[in-house]
Amino acid sequence: MEKKRITFKVFRFNPAVDDLPHYESYVMEVKKDALVLDILNRIKWEFDGSFTYRRSCRHGICGSCSIRVNGKVVLSCKENVFELTDIFGDLLVLEPQNKQKVIKDMVIDRVDFWNKYTEVKPFLVAKYDEHPEVEARVSPDEASLMLDSDICIQCANCYSVCPSVRVNEKYYGPAAFVKAYRFIVDTRDHNKKERIDIINEPEKGVWDCVKCYKCAEVCPKGVNPIEKITLLHNQVFKEGRAKNNVATRHAIGFKKSIQKNGFLDEGFLVRYSEGIFGTMKHLREAFDMFRRGKIKMPWNMPSKPKKMNEIKQLIKVASKIECRRKW
Amino acid sequence: MKRLRYALYAGCTAKQSTPELWKSTMAVADKLGIELVDLKEATCCGASHLRDFDAFLSMVLNARNICYAEMKNLDMVTICNTCQNNIAFVKAKLDEDAQLRLEVNEHLAEIGLKYRGTSSVRHFMYALIEDYGLDNLAKKVVKPLKNINIAPFYGCHNIRPFHIQSGFNMGENSFHPTGLDNLILALQGKPVEYAYKNRCCGFHVDLQAPKTADKLTGLALADATDNGADMVVTPCPLCQLNMDVKQKSASKAVAREIKLPVLHLTQLIGLAIGINPKDLGLEHNLVQYGLKEIIS
Repeated sequence: MEKKRITFKVFRFNPAVDDLPHYESYVMEVKKDALVLDILNRIKWEFDGSFTYRRSCRHGICGSCSIRVNGKVVLSCKENVFELTDIFGDLLVLEPQNKQKVIKDMVIDRVDFWNKYTEVKPFLVAKYDEHPEVEARVSPDEASLMLDSDICIQCANCYSVCPSVRVNEKYYGPAAFVKAYRFIVDTRDHNKKERIDIINEPEKGVWDCVKCYKCAEVCPKGVNPIEKITLLHNQVFKEGRAKNNVATRHAIGFKKSIQKNGFLDEGFLVRYSEGIFGTMKHLREAFDMFRRGKIKMPWNMPSKPKKMNEIKQLIKVASKIECRRKW
Repeated sequence: MKRLRYALYAGCTAKQSTPELWKSTMAVADKLGIELVDLKEATCCGASHLRDFDAFLSMVLNARNICYAEMKNLDMVTICNTCQNNIAFVKAKLDEDAQLRLEVNEHLAEIGLKYRGTSSVRHFMYALIEDYGLDNLAKKVVKPLKNINIAPFYGCHNIRPFHIQSGFNMGENSFHPTGLDNLILALQGKPVEYAYKNRCCGFHVDLQAPKTADKLTGLALADATDNGADMVVTPCPLCQLNMDVKQKSASKAVAREIKLPVLHLTQLIGLAIGINPKDLGLEHNLVQYGLKEIIS
């Protein structure tokens, strides 16, 4: 079988003896079918018995062995080493999933992840008769609403790459939203409205998603969390739970502007989303832009698209969600 | 070489708060002999926000946008990453899901249109690389960007999600993108290697979570600075707005003093192929720090 010599530069930190983390390099002959987990094992068995990492099932189910390779977060037991060298070359840097939360070597503290996960109530809430005559049936159509949201293994890959989580510790993060979505569409659950209100909270909820699509790239099970986050946004409006705030007006503002002008009137969007006082916050920037001729006052409105009547007609027939409140 | 012609989906930002993107795109296309036919019938793509509010409406409106490129028998090019993300998303969905295509076409029939799936949807950057070719672009360089350290900032929506965008960006690896780096090399600039080049500027939460957006933009700018960048270049006007117009608040959010000019990709290309800075709208960029010396 094909073999290759690969250098692994490995993040090492043992708080009992190290003041600061450091990197150590291990050079190995690696076979074509080797997984990243095999490398972690070999470091421990062949080089340094004190090397520490989490692992358990080796089948992509327990979600415990995620680490970063050259910045890419991977589930060690599913990731082929040669596929990584194809992208990054023959020097691979192994680091814990989140260097800021390291306990020892590859092991990190995941308490924030689990706390937020718990906050979305990741379990069925239902007031059923304990001795029912018939079981609570779920039709195939109803079950299909869950999409693939119930195959998440809580490896926290999506959570660890989420930029919003990185700078806002209150934000629940993609994995918790996937779980929230899974129970919101579960027809047996009796807690739908409360669940939607949980994910609808400013700072914590879906409105702080930055839409970077990183979560969709790193899920080892292909769950595509941002797809569920979009569906949660839709649920908030569909179930009439939207609050009158900057985030929701920001979403509705697009439709209003397209309906009126065909294009997005950026000045209107800021005024409509932020309100008068909120708009004041942007005056400094607006002035700077004005000074540089980026914007003109009152506003450099482009001409409306041709066939505006077509656009209005299309919005009339294709709208699936109407705003229930007049904002 | 056959004359390249595209249907241009300009988006709303190029015609409002980033006039320099419009100017420089037109100037570069003109100089390279590429014809861009502005889609005058197109609506706003709705960004991710319309999709959050009404996903189906977003789909139908963007299907209509593509229809007008199809009717002109032209491939569509975009000049904003978020427009690219939205329209390519709709195209990919419609091409793979016959049932959805049927439903969308039923609505389009109301206004006498039909989505056929004959036009591709690419960012102008990737159309340049794929159709025009970096070798041909390199031949047009009259003012090499020698000794300029240029930090490429890819912007999320041109490279992610991979399962959709890879069909429109020559399979760019989102963990290790190279397209923009290669473009800089073709202009004889020095691409800066830094971790934040494929990360997020936070533009989409600028209004509801400005702290998040400022901090993300600040971290990216700081990383580029620390790795020796003289300027940043990006194919996305939204990233450009955050990094240029909001550079002061972004610097404050990461407690750094950052002064880094941020150019649109077409401005950078324009400089290298000898277009007058005024025709590239360079005076519209807020951060002018060192720009004159860099490009002189």
